Amino acid sequence: MSGGLRTTNGTATDGRARDHVHAAGGAPSVALEAGPGAGDEVLLAPHPQRVGADDDRSGGGAPGRTRGVIPRGGGARRPGGDRWRSTLLGALVPVALLGLWQAVTVAGVFLPVQLPAPAAVWGAGTELLARGELGGHVAISTQRVLLGFGIGAGAGLVVGAVVGLSRHANLLLGPTVGAFRAVPSLAWVPLLLLWLRIGETSKITLIAIGAFFPVYTTFAAALRHVDRHLVEVGRAYGLRGTGLLARVQLPAAIPSVVAGTRLAMAQSWLFLVAAELIASSQGLGFLLLDSQNNGRTDRLLLAIVLLAVLGKLSDTVIGLVERRLLRSWS
Amino acid sequence: MRITATSAVRTRPADPIRISGVGRTFTTDGVALPVLREVHLDIAAGEIVALIGASGSGKSTLLRQVCGLDTPDTGSIVIDDRPVAGVDPRCAVAFQEPRLLPWRTLAANVALGLPRGTGREAGAARVDALLRLVGLAGFRSHRPRHVSGGMAQRAALARALARSPGVLLLDEPFGALDALTRLQMQDLLLDIHRAEPTTVILVTHDVDEALYLADRVVLLGSDDTGAGSTVVRVIDVPGDRPRDRGSHDLAALRAGLLEGLGVATHQHAGDGNVPPDDLPPDDLPPDDLLPDHVPDRRGADSRVAHDRSPHVHAAATPAAGDADTPRTHA
Repeated sequence: MSGGLRTTNGTATDGRARDHVHAAGGAPSVALEAGPGAGDEVLLAPHPQRVGADDDRSGGGAPGRTRGVIPRGGGARRPGGDRWRSTLLGALVPVALLGLWQAVTVAGVFLPVQLPAPAAVWGAGTELLARGELGGHVAISTQRVLLGFGIGAGAGLVVGAVVGLSRHANLLLGPTVGAFRAVPSLAWVPLLLLWLRIGETSKITLIAIGAFFPVYTTFAAALRHVDRHLVEVGRAYGLRGTGLLARVQLPAAIPSVVAGTRLAMAQSWLFLVAAELIASSQGLGFLLLDSQNNGRTDRLLLAIVLLAVLGKLSDTVIGLVERRLLRSWS
Repeated sequence: MRITATSAVRTRPADPIRISGVGRTFTTDGVALPVLREVHLDIAAGEIVALIGASGSGKSTLLRQVCGLDTPDTGSIVIDDRPVAGVDPRCAVAFQEPRLLPWRTLAANVALGLPRGTGREAGAARVDALLRLVGLAGFRSHRPRHVSGGMAQRAALARALARSPGVLLLDEPFGALDALTRLQMQDLLLDIHRAEPTTVILVTHDVDEALYLADRVVLLGSDDTGAGSTVVRVIDVPGDRPRDRGSHDLAALRAGLLEGLGVATHQHAGDGNVPPDDLPPDDLPPDDLLPDHVPDRRGADSRVAHDRSPHVHAAATPAAGDADTPRTHA
């Protein structure tokens, strides 16, 4: 069955390609390269009748079946098609930037030291990978971010819960935590180095500080502002203390907490680079600094691209968790 | 469409309520605002009592005190020989807004009302029966945001009934609904009361609603001294339910009640309305307000309305063999 589907789909793609050769120059190569997977669907979708008409004209084996299969196939894959379409749209600007970058380097607008070609950056990446260095940089940075984020976000949840739920704790701790938050987090660096020495602890602590405040602030505020009508309903139906927290206050605060957590993850990468730029012998921040000192702009760009990819990746993971958590909210 | 209620499991009989000498003063920014003073009211088991009064007359405060969400400064409230202290499990409340938890399905919201220690299966069966009772059987998995205001309010009513309350407290439950839905909900409430004859206290602004639903209408009000509201008039409503909404008797009482609320009724001579001075006097001492002592100059037919025993209600329950009476499974 699936074999038959692939065959008719293939014929259809050929038909489209032929059609496009006459109509517009560049397009068909894209359609053919993309194959029967995703790319062709974008091209096929708007003209289902024309595909059928094509088949009729060519007098192919089973025109009726072909006409039946294609719209159905398209309909069944609609959600997937939408995802591909949005991925494609999202990739448009990066690809354009890459093209611009390539064009600028080919034209020689900048010296290679200022802006190496994309291929040079790729080369630097494969070279570091082959020497076994790149994996270490990425691994240690990721580990620091995850540890720091986990500790900071966890502490943010606990302190946020206490301050958000208890009026006394809010009066007691609120102003102090607020004052600490007002300190630009990088101002802690000298003190951390002095107290914790240069090592993993000081870096992870700095990242934890960065991750703590977004979670703390959003969670405490969300708990304090839970619709008091809902809290009253909970009380009227016999909920108190932890029961009220688990059934009413916590679920009500989840959307804000998830947003705060997302922010905390972004902060964690920010503080990772800060920590590694100041004192480290491994990691992406170190790679940045080391490359700058050695004039290896290709590696420097590589580190930036890797930071972008890793940051986006971690954000996507949290986004998936968020979708799961908020499914019942929609 | 008429929303019909059918019987569901009931485990607790209706409870009588004795409110004696209740007073309450709120203090905001050092300014004392007396809301209630010397409120005396006895409510029989299974009775429906409507509390009406101008805005700020303390109706809702009194209602909240009966279920323990607020505590009187003076006096006491006793439900079935046991005083109210803290949130009372014998009561269930429904508010003007549905106040459903937005992240829960309607069924899960109704389940919130189940008494502590209800078994999983018994609870599920009870929730099913109640959703059927309020005509929401097909919407058990819907979220509150995806149903209409009337449906959400019906779910809130089902949640209150899930407690099998001895006392059902309704704080302007239909106030936010459109006029037509409101009339349907009033009939639903009467059906529910027939199926599960609990004691009902209904706070409302709507004089017609009070007269249509209640055995007795209690008017709360204050003199101009600012000493807080108290019971200024208790009216026995004549006639068996469901009543004729256009009845002349009710029209006469309506005019009197509106007068008591300070609303001009613009009555014209000869249209059959009884002048307000034919109603019970305003200045009754509290002791005379007990149900057995309510002065009544309108004759015997009003006596039908009060002093009903729960047995009368039980007899009005739909016949066991009724075609659309779903049996509840244990």
